[in-house]
Amino acid sequence: MTSAQTHTENGAQTDGKPVAHGADNGHLHKYGMVIDLDKCTGCGACMVACMSENNVPFRDDETDKLTSITWMRVYKLTNGKPYPDNDVCYLPRPCQHCEGHAGHSPCVSVCPATATDYSTETGIVSQIYTRCFGCRYCMAACPYHARYFNWWDPVWPDGMEKYLSPNVSPRMRGVVEKCNFCFQRYQLAKDKVYVDGESTVSEEAYQTACTQACPAGAITFGDLNNPEHLVHQLAQPDDHHHGHPRNPNAFRLLERLGTNTKVYYVSSREWVRRAGDNYLPDEQTGGGGH
Amino acid sequence: MFPINFEWIWDVGHMVFHGGLWYALGIIGAGMTYCIGKAVWDTMQGKGGHHH
Amino acid sequence: MDSALIPKGVKRCPTWQFLAWLSVFGAVLLWGVYAMLLCWFKGLNQTNMNDYYGFALWIWADLAVIALGGGAFFSGLLKYIFGKDELKNIINFAVLLGFICYSSALLILAIDIGQPLRGWFIFWHANVHSMLTEVAFCLSCYFAVLTIEYIPLILENRQLDKVPFFHNLSHNMHETMAIFAATGAFLSFFHQGSLGGVAGVLFGRPFAFREHILIWPYTFFLFTWSAAAFGPCFTLSMTWITEKVTGKKLVKDNVIDLLAKISGWMITSYIIVKIVETLYWATVTAPSKGFDVSHFYTNNGLYGWWILFAELIVGGVVPGLILIIPSLRRNSAARVTAILLGCFGVCLNRWVMVLQVMAVPVMTFDNWALYYPSWQEVATTILPVAYGIILTMISYRYLPIFPQEAELNPLEGAEEVEAEQEATAAEGAAEPATA
Repeated sequence: MTSAQTHTENGAQTDGKPVAHGADNGHLHKYGMVIDLDKCTGCGACMVACMSENNVPFRDDETDKLTSITWMRVYKLTNGKPYPDNDVCYLPRPCQHCEGHAGHSPCVSVCPATATDYSTETGIVSQIYTRCFGCRYCMAACPYHARYFNWWDPVWPDGMEKYLSPNVSPRMRGVVEKCNFCFQRYQLAKDKVYVDGESTVSEEAYQTACTQACPAGAITFGDLNNPEHLVHQLAQPDDHHHGHPRNPNAFRLLERLGTNTKVYYVSSREWVRRAGDNYLPDEQTGGGGH
Repeated sequence: MFPINFEWIWDVGHMVFHGGLWYALGIIGAGMTYCIGKAVWDTMQGKGGHHH
Repeated sequence: MDSALIPKGVKRCPTWQFLAWLSVFGAVLLWGVYAMLLCWFKGLNQTNMNDYYGFALWIWADLAVIALGGGAFFSGLLKYIFGKDELKNIINFAVLLGFICYSSALLILAIDIGQPLRGWFIFWHANVHSMLTEVAFCLSCYFAVLTIEYIPLILENRQLDKVPFFHNLSHNMHETMAIFAATGAFLSFFHQGSLGGVAGVLFGRPFAFREHILIWPYTFFLFTWSAAAFGPCFTLSMTWITEKVTGKKLVKDNVIDLLAKISGWMITSYIIVKIVETLYWATVTAPSKGFDVSHFYTNNGLYGWWILFAELIVGGVVPGLILIIPSLRRNSAARVTAILLGCFGVCLNRWVMVLQVMAVPVMTFDNWALYYPSWQEVATTILPVAYGIILTMISYRYLPIFPQEAELNPLEGAEEVEAEQEATAAEGAAEPATA
């Protein structure tokens, strides 16, 4: 079957209208991530890949982490114990793409100008840079500090602008930006599905830059709705409990707040799992979740 | 803000919010129109001279 | 020099003295304007805000002036809707203060946003589910109402009043003021409330998040209530300061006493509910998210338990009690202490609901973030204060802000002064009067 034929077939499905709009052929995805914290070495390759892929601006002096933009940021956690019981864990933190309750994510619901949106088609929380007027309410709403403000106009070193990705618009001063799961890659994959006449975006056709850059293979990305995707198998999200992972080693950051995120973390170490959420001293790890 | 905006939604929350908004704006607008209109009329009738 | 513009039957300081003070505060104003222009042209990197402190000094100032300016809507409600007619002797000043507070709030918001030229997006692309959208709409509408309430006051200037059209317009606006006041109260209820909602809906921030009634978190009602309760404290405080500066009694004691008493009962009832609500939050809401309440008040250099005590007891219970006990309320020193503490209390509440919310770490591996404002932020925050003082000076000098002033301060040789003023007025007013 040639792609042209498939086009015609697909196009004829609904009153002759092309169906390659919105969801690729009507599939409702819920893109998410599983990050294996036992594998993460804290090398920071994901952060570099992310900045490069998404034209993230940087300044001469990036030492002040409260004003520098890192869509993907690796945190260093310790168990606080002295040697020899000391243990360290690195935790990469992209935007968690909260679904909240029915798409009511902390940031989307507060944006006064509808400049950020929750897509029920992909589960991705988007940011419309040209619409954002920089009130920063979304940043106040996000407990993960995943949202960053452009305090300065972006300036790249001479010649470097030639290396910017043509698929990603750079952002201007005064607006908020954040990880969007490399949405431009989803758009390209969707275009390819259309051209190739396939039915849906396959697992390997849409992968984020950080996933591909991780040398330890700690990051897995895919459709949490699709049981064939690795993320689904690793996290085993329970749709009846707001996606709470059934994998006993998996957890989500601050799940007890009801943010209902789509980034899952896996660790065999109990103290790491406990660090993912807040617990009263007498509460069991994972006990407070949905 | 107006039904011509592409995000305009005809749901309850939207209608309650904009209903309240345009109701308030309507009262303010109508009130001021009345005050100014009546002031023009009164002035034409020669009211409100120098004495006061 | 400007005696033709000064209301009849009252005395004002010499023009040179007025202009001297005007230039002092004008200099402060210019300093603020310079900082404002820096922020507009160079961007918000002029501030010390950062990605942890997206909301900082300005948003606090915004919430604080709106709470303090709540005296305008509440006095209007009491006078026009509940018929507390004595308040007509202080309502002009309350309206002026409200106008200053709300115009300042709008100005601060215009400086605070990262892309000021896109400010209108909040109206055009309105997300009606956002508390900030509700704030923006109600704030702008209510500012229009305050302008409408302030205009007749301007038109009562001796010279403007001679113009028949202005005289008629002012008269008509007074006649219909009850409708505007009611609309203002309606709008205030929602924007004061939604400012409280701004913090209360943040379910990602356990320090701010509160349980809901329908779509409104408890903070929605507490903010409206506290603005109505503490707003009059600000009106009374400013009246007291104006009396000290001018060296005159401007409002009769019975009026002050009435407003102070109402404010006292409002504060007392508010603070009881606020304490109950705080206890509920500390023992039920926050622990349900895995937080012991001590998390919010320990392990940092600034926000200790003291702040809870300062807000609830020093700035709430104490002024409330002073103002409801008649003997204390009628004691000038105690009353002034109470109204100043009231202003402090509500400002501290707004500080806590903005700045402390940003400071508290939520992720277990995160840290407390403290921040201090840059001089540009301080200057732009002082800017509205200078602007407010200047507008008050001009309004007091040329407009009949305090209707009881002439009666409380009879002029010596009043007839001579009046005759002199008349003579100058006749010259100066010839043109507008015949226009």
